[in-house]
Amino acid sequence: MKTLSENRKAALLSILILIVGCLIWEASIPAQKAVGELTEYELLTGGGQPKAGVPPPSQVFAKAWEQLSNPFYDAGPNDKGIGIQIGYSIYRVLTGYALAAAIAIPLGFLIGMSSVAYKALNPFIQVLRPISPLAWMPLALFVIQDSEMSAIFVIFICSIWPMLINTAFGVAGVREDWVNVARTHELSALKTAFTVILPAAAPTIVTGMRISIGIAWLVIVAAEMLVGGTGIGYYVWNEWNNLDLTSVIFSILMIGVVGMLLDSMFGLLQRTVAYTE
Amino acid sequence: MAKPFLSIEQLTQRYPDGQGGEFTVFEDASFGIEKGEFVCILGHSGCGKSTIMNILAGLAEPTSGVVKMDGRHVSGPSLDRGVVFQNYSLLPWLTALKNVTFGVSARFPSWSKEKVIEHSTAFLAKVGLTGDTIHRKPSQLSGGMRQRVSITRAFANEPKLLLLDEPFGALDALTRGTIQDELIKVWSDTDQTVFMITHDIDEAILLADRILLMTNGPMAQVAESVEITIPRPRVRNDIVEHPNYYAIRNHLVHFLAQRSAELAGQPGDGANQPETIRIDLTDAQESEEPEPAKPVLRAVEG
Ligand SMILES: Nc1ncnc2c1ncn2[C@@H]1O[C@H](COP(=O)(O)OP(=O)(O)O)[C@@H](O)[C@H]1O
Ligand SMILES: [Mg+2]
Repeated sequence: MKTLSENRKAALLSILILIVGCLIWEASIPAQKAVGELTEYELLTGGGQPKAGVPPPSQVFAKAWEQLSNPFYDAGPNDKGIGIQIGYSIYRVLTGYALAAAIAIPLGFLIGMSSVAYKALNPFIQVLRPISPLAWMPLALFVIQDSEMSAIFVIFICSIWPMLINTAFGVAGVREDWVNVARTHELSALKTAFTVILPAAAPTIVTGMRISIGIAWLVIVAAEMLVGGTGIGYYVWNEWNNLDLTSVIFSILMIGVVGMLLDSMFGLLQRTVAYTE
Repeated sequence: MAKPFLSIEQLTQRYPDGQGGEFTVFEDASFGIEKGEFVCILGHSGCGKSTIMNILAGLAEPTSGVVKMDGRHVSGPSLDRGVVFQNYSLLPWLTALKNVTFGVSARFPSWSKEKVIEHSTAFLAKVGLTGDTIHRKPSQLSGGMRQRVSITRAFANEPKLLLLDEPFGALDALTRGTIQDELIKVWSDTDQTVFMITHDIDEAILLADRILLMTNGPMAQVAESVEITIPRPRVRNDIVEHPNYYAIRNHLVHFLAQRSAELAGQPGDGANQPETIRIDLTDAQESEEPEPAKPVLRAVEG
């Protein structure tokens, strides 16, 4: 008992913080009086209606249990399981993200390899990059005429920049010695790109990919609140309209958990491509 | 006279000097290297040794002049010319073995994977790298081990010409000595031609058949070609007792300490071939420069 490993200590502390936090939360929510305890006056003035207050954690856990035990039910447009909603969001994020990666990484390679391409494209990147992705939404809706595709486009446009910039940066920063190793071994341009430049730049590229997926997951919630229909963002907004704060809190937690999972996937990828000089 | 295996003809390298003009690193440098020769080039830092080597490797283009190997123009890098870079230049995401197989599979594309690994492992063993060590990444290897891998990568490719740029510069004296011995061992097993840059006089005497001396830059020249008249195999501790050792060493020290600066910036004498110096006290008639060998024995650094 005397020497707990640091990780164990941290884990115990985390659990303690969680429990204490939940208890304080639970205790700070005034209990609703049961109907039997209400005075006649309260009954007449509607005081017995459940108040739309912040729900206690016990309710959120109950909700989570209920939702997660049947995540994929589908009972019409406004009543779908949390799994389906998250599935829609992930589908949009991954589609937009994959399209962005398919363009950003090859283009980043080009920009990184050629200073002319870099100088030519840099002004465009500098102007387009700071635009809030949601600012594209009206234009996307008008041009694409499809809310689903517009959401995907918004994800595409927000995740392209970190990947593009990091790829270009990583490729441009590949040590000349390594390129010379490829040259003295008479490797073709393609082989050099795949066996030397890509692995050399991979840590920087994957960092860009990780930043992008994080941004994409932030943006999808807002985008779905705008376009509606399906997705976790729409779900949050819909439950807010229903004044079901328990579901709102539950879905906020789910957004966090999925975001963490997406991020840790890229964290894992980052570790596999990392190298020390 | 037949053309040597490697011939460097009137090589000139100029760079812009950053103020609109240009400065000449070296001008009309010409020399030859015979097949199987081990040649070291000595000169002060900045005189253009690496520049010459990069041109020989085909990694850089000279301002003018040509390099011919086996009578053919050198243009661009080739697997016939292996390079060991000063900072090892191992690919850090590959293991030691994979760094070597990387080169071998590029050199022998028709070989099976097994054959490539077998060949690479055998070459690594020649420099004493065996077992688990070869499956480590460069970052997990000591400086000496990294340089061994780097030398193996070049040797395992069996290039016709091996170019080494101050390969032992960053190593401690003890490790340097061991790897020098290994290098000589590997080299004498083959008929490879070696061109090596160094700033260590004792290293050059131990390893080289011939030492090229460069004057200081700018406008550096390859002024002299000093034959090392000490028979092989040379053993580090024994060569100092050879009558020619201190005569040659003193000549080299004198050149680097004094004459490299005196001769600097002087235009070549037209012929542009380095003057051949042969110091051989064991055969008094042939000695062109009868410098008295100092009988005192001193510890040899390096
Ligand atoms: N790409 C370059 N542009 C301008 N000057 C260079 C370049 N490469 C080398 N030099 C200059 O050429 C000279 C010779 O350099 P280098 O061949 O590296 O010397 P050494 O290897 O003998 O120390 C130095 O003065 C260096 O500053
Ligand atoms: Mg140098």
